[in-house]
Amino acid sequence: MQYETFEHEADIGIRGFGGTAAEAFENAAAALYSVMVSIDRVAALEKRVVHVSAPDRELLLVEWLNALLALSDIDRLVFSKFQVQMEGPALIGTAWGEALDRVRHEPRVEVKGATYHMLSVYEKDGRYTAQCVVDV
Amino acid sequence: MDPNSLRKINDYLWEIPRQGTMKVAGRIFASEKLVREMDEKVREQVINVAMLPGIQIASIAMPDAHWGYGFPIGGVAAFDPEEGGIISMGGVGFDISCGVRTLKTGMTKEEVTPRLKTLVDQLFSRVPAGVGSEGLIKLSPGQIDEMLIGGAEWAVKKGYGVKDDLEYIEEHGRVDGAEPEQVSETAKKRQYREMGTLGSGNHYLEVQVVAEVYDEQAAQAMGLRRDDIVISVHCGSRGLGHQIGTDALKNLAFAVQKYGITIKDRELASAPIESPEGKRYFGAMSAGINCALANRQIITHLVREIFTEVYPEGHIKMLYDISHNTCKVETHEINGRKKRLYVHRKGATRAFGPGQIDLPQEYRHVGQPVLIGGTMGTSSYILVGTEEGMKVAFGSACHGAGRAMSRTAAKKRWHGREVVKELEEHGIVIRGHSYSGIAEEAPESYKDVTEVVEAAHHANLARKVARVKPIACVKG
Repeated sequence: MQYETFEHEADIGIRGFGGTAAEAFENAAAALYSVMVSIDRVAALEKRVVHVSAPDRELLLVEWLNALLALSDIDRLVFSKFQVQMEGPALIGTAWGEALDRVRHEPRVEVKGATYHMLSVYEKDGRYTAQCVVDV
Repeated sequence: MDPNSLRKINDYLWEIPRQGTMKVAGRIFASEKLVREMDEKVREQVINVAMLPGIQIASIAMPDAHWGYGFPIGGVAAFDPEEGGIISMGGVGFDISCGVRTLKTGMTKEEVTPRLKTLVDQLFSRVPAGVGSEGLIKLSPGQIDEMLIGGAEWAVKKGYGVKDDLEYIEEHGRVDGAEPEQVSETAKKRQYREMGTLGSGNHYLEVQVVAEVYDEQAAQAMGLRRDDIVISVHCGSRGLGHQIGTDALKNLAFAVQKYGITIKDRELASAPIESPEGKRYFGAMSAGINCALANRQIITHLVREIFTEVYPEGHIKMLYDISHNTCKVETHEINGRKKRLYVHRKGATRAFGPGQIDLPQEYRHVGQPVLIGGTMGTSSYILVGTEEGMKVAFGSACHGAGRAMSRTAAKKRWHGREVVKELEEHGIVIRGHSYSGIAEEAPESYKDVTEVVEAAHHANLARKVARVKPIACVKG
């Protein structure tokens, strides 16, 4: 499995895995959108690029996810495919998606923001995990 | 939380004595049962807040307190700028000024029931709700700044509602101190198309019947009688508020380092009230409050339009509008001295006692209405603020039930369709934009709101006036 959500008292945790931190970030974004819609039904028709930076890799994850959430609101898009290029404390992320279809995409719940709670990015035996709790 | 680990002051007040670097004690207003059910994390968070500079009297937790980001949900704390007090994003949260507004309809259950399904269908199709919903009004950049300064007053000027509505909103529908220039462009852009939208998650629009009246005098002041129909709206500041929160989390993290504030949790990101960073956050957050007030005002207008179409004999009048996630400048008496304080209420509501100048004339002798939301299947309550609450909790009370079960667990346990069917069998009509969202909001996934209300009542934070029961609910 490339990503998953995990239980949390009032909200939901999201977790992405990968062979690199960048890949884990891509999958964490997929986990984020899986909270909101059925992402396998979201076609990769439109492309958006975001540039974010942060003092460390964990805060960078939050920045990346929040940049996507803002884009979703502003451009009325939901995303399903992601590509991340990491350069030290900064990243260039590309997201593909389409305008929200309120029937086909089976919308669930809006995410208000990615938080610092249970925020962690780590590597174990060559496998990276990127996770945090998101406020819904 | 083990009650034996706390100092019991009385049946509804428990203290975490001041220790270590705590500047004040922690105080939890709850019954023994609620204390037992509380997450151990609440203690940790109450203690963390008690360590913040300039905190007054106590770090307070309401009966519905549960784990939150930085502050507990149900956390209240007041800070004095003259004592180096801070303002914290963690004391407000992401959904700035999320709140409840209750409207009177001038009709009874008997009169409303025959056309209830039509009403609910109209509310469901015409009040924008759910993931990605768009409002009927699109704002330009200039209009957004006006809205952020004007709040509900702006909305009324634009024709959404009547002037009389403003009387029944905290601060008359508009907080001072909003600075649109402190709100990021991203935050504003997120709001262009989201005015007058309900959102999703625990936000709702509910048709309720007054099922029980406990305090005749207060109910009379509010114009409430048994079997009356009221409509309650629960929503917040939408994308704009969330972005202000997100921006502040980052900006205040730098301020913490700059001013050498010791915080135990990154989400307590704070700045001294009088610092440029603190002032910037206060200006942006206040703009967020006005956005939420304008948003609920536009929804009120839609509800009024729809209701009077379905029931031409009805008349929608405001009962009151309260905000949950705020930091407000208020004057409170501390050890016999009046002080201007920055009162943070995170998942807690203002509950001013009688005599306060901000209250509408007809409520001034009884106190501020306090609207406590339940779930789709259970009761909500209307209370009033008390003099005692002013003294012990800066005029604050609890805001709702709080979750008992995670969203993931609720979804595993129930199916949205079954929840809808079961509620319909109990005479509650449900319309939702997402079955999975409904499953996550199943009534049993929340704590018992009655227990929380009883605790607030017995702790004398607010006094019970009436219980209302849902007969229809629209979910985002």
